[in-house]
Amino acid sequence: MPEVAAIAKDLLERGVVKAVIGYAAAGPNRTRPFIARTAEQANALVFNRHALNNLAVFLTRRRKPVAGPVAVVAKGCDVRALIMLMQEQQVRREDVHIIGVTCGGVASSMGTPWSVETAAPKCAHCRFHTPHLYDSLAEGTEEVGPLPDRSGERIKELEALPPDERFAFWAEQFSRCIRCYACREVCPICSCEQCVADKNQPQWIDRSPTSRGNFAWNLVRAFHLAGRCIGCNECERACPADIPLSLLNRKLAMTALEEFHYIAGTDPAAPTLVGTYDKTDRQDYIA
Amino acid sequence: MRWPCEQDMNTIGSHNETHAETTTPASWEPKIIAFVCNWCTYTGADLAGTSRLKQPPQARLIRVPCTGRIDPLFIIKAFESGADGVLVSGCHPFDCHYNTGNFHARRRWTLFRALLDFVGIDSARLHFSWVSASEGKKWVDVITKVVRDVRARGPFQAYRTINRRFAFPPYITDHGEEREGAPEKTKESAHA
Repeated sequence: MPEVAAIAKDLLERGVVKAVIGYAAAGPNRTRPFIARTAEQANALVFNRHALNNLAVFLTRRRKPVAGPVAVVAKGCDVRALIMLMQEQQVRREDVHIIGVTCGGVASSMGTPWSVETAAPKCAHCRFHTPHLYDSLAEGTEEVGPLPDRSGERIKELEALPPDERFAFWAEQFSRCIRCYACREVCPICSCEQCVADKNQPQWIDRSPTSRGNFAWNLVRAFHLAGRCIGCNECERACPADIPLSLLNRKLAMTALEEFHYIAGTDPAAPTLVGTYDKTDRQDYIA
Repeated sequence: MRWPCEQDMNTIGSHNETHAETTTPASWEPKIIAFVCNWCTYTGADLAGTSRLKQPPQARLIRVPCTGRIDPLFIIKAFESGADGVLVSGCHPFDCHYNTGNFHARRRWTLFRALLDFVGIDSARLHFSWVSASEGKKWVDVITKVVRDVRARGPFQAYRTINRRFAFPPYITDHGEEREGAPEKTKESAHA
C-alpha cells in the first residue's frame, strides 16, 4: 500500500483536490492537523500512532478551509464521522476524497509513547481498523492483539452503583467543567450553526459555569449526540477538566445498539436514528 | 473548582444527607411536574376532574401540543426548578393527533432515560405513560403511582444541592439573599 504523502501528492498534482487535510509531525510522539495545498507541502504528511485528531471536523461548513473538493486522511473512526456527516446531509460524498488509512490503534494522548497499555480506550472496541469507505487506502499502522476495554469496565462499575452515588459521581465530574465548549468545537458531529447553549431566548442552560448549568450542558451535549456519536472521543481528549465524556457517549451508543440495533456512521444512505421511528419500538417502560 | 462560599453549602450534599430518611421533614410533599399532551392526557386528566375522581394533588401539569414537542431540556429544567419527579404522558401509539409525534418521542425517551439513569436519575423519578382522552381512571392510577414512587424515593436533595452550588456570584444565594461572609458594603463600593 502507498504512503499517505504519495497519495496526497498525486491528488494535488493531478488537480483532483484543492487541498489535503492530514497530519504532520510535531515533535516527539506528536502530530498536528496539517492542510497541504501544494504537492510540495504534501511531503510533510505523515500517519502514525500519534495521529489522534479526527480531521472530519474540518469538513463541516463552519471549518472547511478551502472551497471545492478536498481530500482528508481518515482512520476508521474518522471515516465513521464522515459517513455520519453524509447521513445528515452536511457533507456531499462527491465533494470529499477519502484517503483511508489502516489503523491498529492510537496513543491515548499527544506526547504519550505508544504501547498496548497507553492505547486510547476507544481502540479496544474498534471494529473499523480498516476503514469501510474510502477512495484510496494508505499504509497506516498494524493491528496489535486485543486491548483492554477500560471504558466498558468503567461503565459497568458505574452501573453497579446505587443511583444516588452515580449522581454524586457525575455531579463531581461536571463541577469541574469551565464551559469552554472545547468538547463541542472539536466534535465533527456538533455541526449546528447555532448551539442551544448559545441561545438566550429562552435561556435553557445557565451560561456561567454553575454546577447546575454544567450538569444541564453536559447532559444536553451527550443527548444531542445520541445515535450520532461515532466514539472518536475527541471531546474527552480536548476537555481541559478531564471529564470522562466518552463514558456518557459510549453508554448512549450501547443503548442505541441494544434497543435499536443501530451503529452510527456505518452507511451513508441509512436514515438517522432519532430522525426516524419504528412502530414496533420498545415501550415496556411506558405505563 | 470550589469557591469559598461553597464550603458551607457542600455539607448539604454530604453523603448521608442525600438519603431520604435523614432529611425528609414530616411536612414534605413530593413535587411532580407532568408534561402532558393537549389531545390525550390533558383531556384525560380533565375527564378525571370532571368525573370527580380522587387524585393526588402533588402534580403540576404542563400542557404541550404533542409529546413530540417535549424537548429533553424540559425535563432537565423541571429538575432544575425543584421537581422531585417528572411524568411525561401522551397519546397511545397510532393515536397521535399529528400521526407520528409520539413515535418520534418514544425513540427519544428510550435514549434519554438511559442517559438519565446512567447519571443517577433513575426510573423512580422519571415516568412515562400513554393516557388517552377517555382514560380518566388510568390517569388517576398513573399519577397515584408516580406520587407513591417519588415519595418512597424522597426529596431530590442531590439536584437541589447542585442547584445551590452557584459559582457566580459567590456571595449571593440562589434566592438572591446575601450569604454570610460576604464583604461588607462600603459607601464607595455601593456607588461604584
